[in-house]
Amino acid sequence: MLLLLPNSLQAFYREAKETFFPAKKVQPLQVNVNGTAHNIDADTRTTLLDLLRENLQLTGTKKGCDHGQCGACTVHVNGERVLSCLTLAATLPGKEVTTIEGLENNGNLHPMQEAFLENDGYQCGYCTPGQIMSAVACVNEGHTGSVEEIKTYMSGNLCRCGAYNGITKAIQQVAS
Amino acid sequence: MKPFDFQHSATVEEALQAKNSESAFLGGGTNLLDLMKKHIAQPDTIININDAISHRIEENEIGVVIGAAATNTAIATSQLVLKKAPLLAKAILKGASPQIRNMATTGGNMMQRTRCPYFYDVHLPCNKRAPGSGCSAYDGHQRHSAIVGYSEHCVAVHPSDMCVAMVALDAVVNIKRKDGSESVIRFADFHRLPGDHPQHDNNLPDQAIITSIVIPKNKLNKHVGYVKIRDRTEYAFALVSVAAAVEKKRKRIKTVRLSSGGVAHKPWRWREAESYLKGKKPSEKVFQRAAEIVAESTNPLAHNEFKIPLLKAAVVAALHESFPSKS
Repeated sequence: MLLLLPNSLQAFYREAKETFFPAKKVQPLQVNVNGTAHNIDADTRTTLLDLLRENLQLTGTKKGCDHGQCGACTVHVNGERVLSCLTLAATLPGKEVTTIEGLENNGNLHPMQEAFLENDGYQCGYCTPGQIMSAVACVNEGHTGSVEEIKTYMSGNLCRCGAYNGITKAIQQVAS
Repeated sequence: MKPFDFQHSATVEEALQAKNSESAFLGGGTNLLDLMKKHIAQPDTIININDAISHRIEENEIGVVIGAAATNTAIATSQLVLKKAPLLAKAILKGASPQIRNMATTGGNMMQRTRCPYFYDVHLPCNKRAPGSGCSAYDGHQRHSAIVGYSEHCVAVHPSDMCVAMVALDAVVNIKRKDGSESVIRFADFHRLPGDHPQHDNNLPDQAIITSIVIPKNKLNKHVGYVKIRDRTEYAFALVSVAAAVEKKRKRIKTVRLSSGGVAHKPWRWREAESYLKGKKPSEKVFQRAAEIVAESTNPLAHNEFKIPLLKAAVVAALHESFPSKS
């Protein structure tokens, strides 16, 4: 669009942009995602969520609210569940990220993925990758003693379809 | 977000050297990134201090020492904390979600900003966000506003659960300044009341860093309760919360600490109710009277009087939780 404008207007636009909008800061970054190291030049503002979706085309991790309120972007960093929308990619060198794409084992679904299928743990599916990453961590942490405990420890993942009963059943199935 | 430089500090000294009024320390980032995305915080430089500050949770001759970079999850699952300061673990587990607790640090939890909806809405006046612009909440939606200690300039509350337990346990905060000097702030004095300058949340000096928090030795680890009342069962900020920690001797209350979240600009201690409870035998009647005393010292706004019965019920429930057997 900008290229269709006369040169003088293009120059004016660029000057105005530089005056009113500070230039982005880019720095090189090495991140390990699902066992693969990636070297990327990234804007310092890049969150882990945007890095996964925009730079690495790993779009399994979903952007829900982008403010840490919904849990759709949940991934594991060094084996612990975190919110990728509130994690700066620049903090990741030396750490190992696991996303929903990294759960499968030689083409086989992770037991939690199987359990979500069997128990109807979703309807529209948008929150599902975050739910599954959280559910895997919930089992690893040992917070599956009762339905109440599962609900408490899954409270950071919202499901607007209301598939909570299926999700809880899936977690109970994997935990037992 | 406004573009920023990203720096990684390996030591406290390095972090302090890099700090100026335009830069921000990064702990877990769970509040800072949110504020940056909304252009409420616009630092020029982000200084990652997670490798500069201690993550350790250990015991020394004074008490339990918690590194300011220790995560909420690390504290809540620490055997030392569960044994010596179970109230702290209880309060932390009532806050946020497992994902956020895995990220959030102790220092960051203390430095988090209010969740007052007017602070977050950049199109409306807010003295905390834009000093001098006015307080929209003073005549506005007050579901999450203060009932004690507020001023006409700000009725925001501090959102932390962790800090409510810290203030109950008489914790102290170790800080370090850019010139290398170190000092200690009582947790009760760390956060401040809004007064005429609600833009300042706390008394941490400019260009200083929180290095650790110490919970002094105490005998408040047997009878503890934390009751949080909120708009949904989990993962919501408190309308009111109450922490209770009691030391019993010969069936009577020897020492008691009672504090609240969701009621003031800082975690609030109910010292009159504590004085009343001291020496009493725990009973429903005594707990009810303590709740009355708590309520008497509040001054709700026009639209949040509903918090008073919630608060009273939470005081009674927290004291009951402290004495699980009938006593």
